[in-house]
Amino acid sequence: MTTKLRVGTRKGLFIFEKSHGEWRCGEPCFLGEPVSMAMADPRNGDQYTALNLGHFGVKLHRAEAGSARWTEIAAPTFPKASDGDGPALEQIWELVPGGDRAGTLWAGTIPGGLFQSTDRGESWSLVESLWNRPEREKWMGGGYDKPGIHSICVHPHDSRLVRLAVSTGGVWESADGGASWNLTGRGLRAEFLPPDMAHDPAMQDVHRMVSCAASPDRLWIQHHNGIFRSDDGGHRWTEITGVKPSVFGFAVVVHPRDPANAWFVPGIKDEYRVPVDGRLVVNRTRDGGKTFEQLTAGLPQSKAWDLVYRHGLDIDASGEVLAFGSTTGNLWLSEDQGDHWQCLSNHLPPINVVRFDPAGPEEAPG
Amino acid sequence: MAIISFTDNLKRHVDCPPRDVAASTVMEALRQVFAENPRLGGYILDDQDRLRKHVAIFVDGALIRDRARLSDPLAPASRVDVMQALSGG
Repeated sequence: MTTKLRVGTRKGLFIFEKSHGEWRCGEPCFLGEPVSMAMADPRNGDQYTALNLGHFGVKLHRAEAGSARWTEIAAPTFPKASDGDGPALEQIWELVPGGDRAGTLWAGTIPGGLFQSTDRGESWSLVESLWNRPEREKWMGGGYDKPGIHSICVHPHDSRLVRLAVSTGGVWESADGGASWNLTGRGLRAEFLPPDMAHDPAMQDVHRMVSCAASPDRLWIQHHNGIFRSDDGGHRWTEITGVKPSVFGFAVVVHPRDPANAWFVPGIKDEYRVPVDGRLVVNRTRDGGKTFEQLTAGLPQSKAWDLVYRHGLDIDASGEVLAFGSTTGNLWLSEDQGDHWQCLSNHLPPINVVRFDPAGPEEAPG
Repeated sequence: MAIISFTDNLKRHVDCPPRDVAASTVMEALRQVFAENPRLGGYILDDQDRLRKHVAIFVDGALIRDRARLSDPLAPASRVDVMQALSGG
């Protein structure tokens, strides 16, 4: 079972560790700095923290396994345009290991760039094969002024197979390590578009996309206007309707071994973005979306206005422990798949990202 | 020689003491500093070498006009102050 949880907030990185049966928070890292992404690499234990300094730009820091000594490394940068009017990095929105390709990392950014590093983040290059796709003209900002790549799923058995999602810009797949891309996402539906454009795959506002580690062709999406499931690697999607109290939300996680098990944090769409009736619930399906349970034990059931961002919910490698954090600075954790929740803090800064560290070798699920 | 100095808020992230520069524009002055301190460049300029939106540069007490190319001229004894614009919460 996982024993370490990274919580990236508007004012720093807070690391919770379980010791003697209790989850405790250590001293904050990067206090005062906005953290947009945090990740511990399961291949070598490298720790990464992406900062979005208000005045001085996006920065990326790395610490070696178990170390508290952070070193600034290169952040992705867009190539210089000849007229000086090109894009500039605004946020690292996703950061994932590149599978069995040692040292390889993928980063998704705002504006909607995909970057690859092959040297543990010492250098980055823009994946121009995606950046130059003509469909990118249709991408739009979704919440931020510019579109961004927030979800990257690397196939665990074939690291050249990469799937990603864009807000707003749909679902894309590369089978050749990023050399070429296909726009997939058939069946996604954007209610917020004119009717004749609602099924345009390049205009879908995917809020978050996750794949099951043991069945990587089984994916879930929390979309701007609903919940979708794919059983074929993201090519075709089935919309899940009628979910109470709402199908709107940002976050989704899937069980690492059972793709029929997924969790969501619903809210009122879409101008409000708060829990329905002030009751904070986590929705869980165990049957691929046929039915959902509203999990409430330990969560506030009145006057709760917590919003959970797309990276604000995570599940550990065992599939037992979940955690989520809100923009109100509340952090909850469950050690029984969401049946019961404990509040770890009511006093954190607004939470952007919650990430469990991978289990160590002695802790890996059997 | 002109002298260029940096806000204390920047020193929290990267070492950047004041420095004498022989330069005729703001960009030339910055280039001289960045040549010795390349990490500093990414804190002041964006990917396209424009001045970051929330950074302000004053030459002899006046805000520079050219934030894209930083071509504002320097006199031989100019004082260049790299500051942060006020923002945030």
